[in-house]
Amino acid sequence: MMSSPFLLIILSGLACFAYIQGKRRAFSFTGTAGGSSALHSRPGYYGMLTAAWCVLPALLVFGFWMAFSDTILTGLALKTLPASMQDLSPAHLNLLVNDLRNLVSGHVAARDIDPVLQQAADQFKGMERIGRIALALLMFSVAIFSASLVYKRINPEMRARNHVERIIQSGLIICSTIAILTTIGIVLSVLFESIRFFQHVPVTDFLFGMKWSPQMALRPDQAGSSGSFGAIPVLAGTFMISGIALSIAVPIGLMSAIYLSEYASSKVRAWAKPIMEILAGIPTVVYGFFAALVVAPFIRDSGEAVGLNVSSESALAAGLVMGIMIIPFVSSLSDDVINAVPQSMRDGSYGLGATKSETILNVILPAALPGIVGSILLAASRAIGETMIVVMAAGLSANLTANPLQAVTTVTVQIVTLLVGDQEFDSPKTLVAFALGLLLFGITLTLNVVALYIVRKYREEYE
Amino acid sequence: MQSMTAALEVGDVSFLGAESIDTESVKQEEKVDRDNRTTTGKQFVDNPRMTCRDVNVYYDDNHAINNVSIDVGRNEVLAMIGPSGCGKSTFLRCLNRMNDTVSSCRITGDIYLDSLDIYDKSVDVVPLRAQVGMVFQKPNPFPKSIYDNVAYGPRIHGLASTSAELDDVVESSLKKAGLWKEVCDRLDQSGTGLSGGQQQRLCIARTIAVRPEVILMDEPCSALDPIATATVEALIAELREQYTIVIVTHNMQQAARVSQRTAYFHLGDLIEVGSTDRVFTNPRHRLTEDYITGRFG
Repeated sequence: MMSSPFLLIILSGLACFAYIQGKRRAFSFTGTAGGSSALHSRPGYYGMLTAAWCVLPALLVFGFWMAFSDTILTGLALKTLPASMQDLSPAHLNLLVNDLRNLVSGHVAARDIDPVLQQAADQFKGMERIGRIALALLMFSVAIFSASLVYKRINPEMRARNHVERIIQSGLIICSTIAILTTIGIVLSVLFESIRFFQHVPVTDFLFGMKWSPQMALRPDQAGSSGSFGAIPVLAGTFMISGIALSIAVPIGLMSAIYLSEYASSKVRAWAKPIMEILAGIPTVVYGFFAALVVAPFIRDSGEAVGLNVSSESALAAGLVMGIMIIPFVSSLSDDVINAVPQSMRDGSYGLGATKSETILNVILPAALPGIVGSILLAASRAIGETMIVVMAAGLSANLTANPLQAVTTVTVQIVTLLVGDQEFDSPKTLVAFALGLLLFGITLTLNVVALYIVRKYREEYE
Repeated sequence: MQSMTAALEVGDVSFLGAESIDTESVKQEEKVDRDNRTTTGKQFVDNPRMTCRDVNVYYDDNHAINNVSIDVGRNEVLAMIGPSGCGKSTFLRCLNRMNDTVSSCRITGDIYLDSLDIYDKSVDVVPLRAQVGMVFQKPNPFPKSIYDNVAYGPRIHGLASTSAELDDVVESSLKKAGLWKEVCDRLDQSGTGLSGGQQQRLCIARTIAVRPEVILMDEPCSALDPIATATVEALIAELREQYTIVIVTHNMQQAARVSQRTAYFHLGDLIEVGSTDRVFTNPRHRLTEDYITGRFG
């Protein structure tokens, strides 16, 4: 009856009412219809201000309840338990609280139900019911009180528009702060876990180690217990596969962008461009088994036909398929920037008797270069972060090799394999995943910064 | 300089001679009625550089230019005026086949450059556009250095075999465009960093650098301030000694200042052609008179 959605619906109903009333009161000062010039702001702003004051304090109360009700109620329920239970160790108390929660939410507890606990749970439920009714009363009285306060104060001199705009502005600031804080939070958590890892393994061993074999002993006396955490082989695999992917995607993507924007008729363009963009919409897992089941065997067979030793999981297979996957990143963005080169540039070049290819090569591509570089770097960071294709087609063995026909592994694949399944989170074996994540983050961040720098540098020169 | 003025005078005299007979006949005639859309005035000249006969232009079903026949004389500035949408820019773009880049555009009739039919199937549009250069309404320097902007045309046409020759071409083109003094110490800076008037003169220099015979100008001063406009107009007067110029303009004072002959277009029809003095002082067609006296347009 007093569930949260229900409360919020009633609150929005109140807000509508407050809006209409506030607006009507503002109108009442104008005297005649259409004579609103005596008001400081337009009548709608008075309505909005009233509605905002109706909703915001009530939401604050509501949020407070959502955040703290559970803790308070659990604490109160525990108070009713006998002293022997309250004096348990924190871990046992935790178990007890879990049982209590399960009882409250109606899940069957694993053990036999202690009547004392059942009683506490009933009390919890009762208090929650009372609390919710109290919350509803409090919310609506706050809403009505603050709204009527504003309503009373409405007069022609009130600067309603400025108030409303300030409220909206703070809303926008809060939204962007959330986005920024989330980013900072993720980076910091990865950073702290990495620091924990570096307490076990020196940074230099991680960054410059040539051997990757992340095992840890289960028992101290176990044979072969020393794992090695050198990131170089993993990084080399990442760069090799991304390099293969880019060497496929950049020429094909750029050429098709040039064709689409300069040569293709509008009809061809209208159907060709969406089809190319479908490539970006195919789930990467589909690419993954395409690479593992079609491309990799094909490469192995054709390699053996010419006498090469090709492993059935090769960097080449993963790189090729990944290259196809990121073609649309290059082609679609490049196509957009080439189209954005003003027609007057083309006219100027044609007007001097340049041919189409001369115009494209000498005028259009240089003018579009910042955007093209941007698209390539975007595709590169996509390739570096790609996981699924590599898991399925490139293998798990960390070979430090320059031969694309051998199996290699990448940073992302290693993170996946390290964290899949039940893992303890205090051994270097799992903590290294955070260090790898941090490394990957650093690389893509550098790429993005370089991309921004290039784009800005050339933009200054060209515009 | 002396010989130049002499040449100018000869040209002017020949025009005056032709027009004075015209003026005689006009005095006896009534003005041509508004509904009559056949071209009046002196469409044809002796020994023309460009000859256009019965040119029609269609954009899909839209008939943009209707049976225009006109000559462009050697070393003259022909101004094309008329209200917006009258087809003067479209017609100008026919003269070096810039309309080829518009896929919906269809052109019939004959246009000759000297004796060359430029719409003949055997004609390559690339050298043609080098012979008939174009300066656009909005200055459109390439996003390259000033030097590369001017050197662009000579490079692609292979007009200079050594870098010293290229330097010469760039310098002489910039000098002809009256821009050399202002930019000679910063040739490596971007052409887009110049002021509007300088950019337009850079575009003119760029056009001159490929040694065209005819220069087409599509409202070259419409984006410029009065001082830059005056500079470009002075430049046009100088360029006339070596080139044939066709200029489209909305500014009638400009047409009167820079041109020797004026053509008035109205809704795709060429209404009246004549020496600039005659067209502006004594328009023979009612529509021309209305436009010039500011009754519409």
